[in-house]
Amino acid sequence: MAQVSIEDQSGETTLITLRIARYNPQKDDSKSFMEFEVPAQKWTTVLEAILDVKKNFDHSVAVRYSCRQATCGSCGMIINGKPRLACFTKISELNSNVVTVEPMNNFPIIRDLAVKFERLFDTHHKIKPFLIRDDTELETDAKEFLQSPEELEQYIQFANCIKCGLCNSACPTMAMDSSFVGPQALAQAYRYVADSRDKGKNSRLKIIDDSHGIWRCHFAGSCSQVCPKGVDPAMGIQFLRGYLLGFRS
Amino acid sequence: MTQDEHKEGIKGMANPRRYGIERVAYILMRLSGLGLLGYFVAHIYETSNILKGRMGWDEFLQLTQTTEGHIFMAIVIAMCVFHTVNGIRVMMGHVGVGVGQPARPDYPYTPASQNYRHKIGIYSAIILSAVAMMYGLAVMFGE
Repeated sequence: MAQVSIEDQSGETTLITLRIARYNPQKDDSKSFMEFEVPAQKWTTVLEAILDVKKNFDHSVAVRYSCRQATCGSCGMIINGKPRLACFTKISELNSNVVTVEPMNNFPIIRDLAVKFERLFDTHHKIKPFLIRDDTELETDAKEFLQSPEELEQYIQFANCIKCGLCNSACPTMAMDSSFVGPQALAQAYRYVADSRDKGKNSRLKIIDDSHGIWRCHFAGSCSQVCPKGVDPAMGIQFLRGYLLGFRS
Repeated sequence: MTQDEHKEGIKGMANPRRYGIERVAYILMRLSGLGLLGYFVAHIYETSNILKGRMGWDEFLQLTQTTEGHIFMAIVIAMCVFHTVNGIRVMMGHVGVGVGQPARPDYPYTPASQNYRHKIGIYSAIILSAVAMMYGLAVMFGE
């Protein structure tokens, strides 16, 4: 097998302009942008470019990140106009030498690129994101709750949610309605309603059957387009609505 | 909207450029809905002129027989057709028809709910409304 050098694998290094939104709600009246020239190779991610800026130019840039592999859901931001995970977005796939990063829309800003997740977690908790049953697997003589592969298939896609908030950032209803429960929580409501082990369907449907609940979704589908884990919240929400309208049982 | 909430507001909601044809359909649905609501209010005002007798009615009706009136009516036809056809698509989606089936997602994670059936529905709504508008224009200006 031919030896491939690191240089060949990573490709040529190009200089790109990284525009980072700076905003401190404690001090600033409005958002401003700082520009940095950073090197990027074929596999360089937006997060790596931001960390390059923090290391070599300005350590004060505020950004939340952790796993760097699209698992923790921490580094969601607006990259060239669309909500994406910074660790999951390669600069080369943006087809632009100018990369603009901004904090996610529809989330209060802590500083620069870091936003508050309290509301997302509140709405997530609101839909009771756990199995509701009278019995428990922990009882000594109880058997584990069995499930067929077909039953698993009904919800496993929705269990991939990493709570990154990109869907809520892309949602046109979230852009206008501060009380809307949001696609993340609605998709998670479906995840548990569709789980054959769960017995809390009626209580969950009651929670989302609200004027700022599921009826505010107008099936624009933007949530599904930006989901980095293939959750497809729009599909889950429509199925959930089917339960409320009597088309599913 | 307060800066604290960092909501995109109407500017973000009405931006059709970022999320494909589905978002364009979403915005056209809102615009056509508002347009038809405005038309219904104007229509009630128009028909109320019958209380002024035949002369008053004929006089007001002349407003719709102008070039501007014909163009306005053609736009109403387009809005009506788009709102109806796209509305049927959305209602079917709302009950889970044509939005795909849950499955283990594979990279690059193309969302099943944004499938060709709905895209065909959206393009059909746009094309049908354009055809209906042109037919309306042909009828009104062809007299």
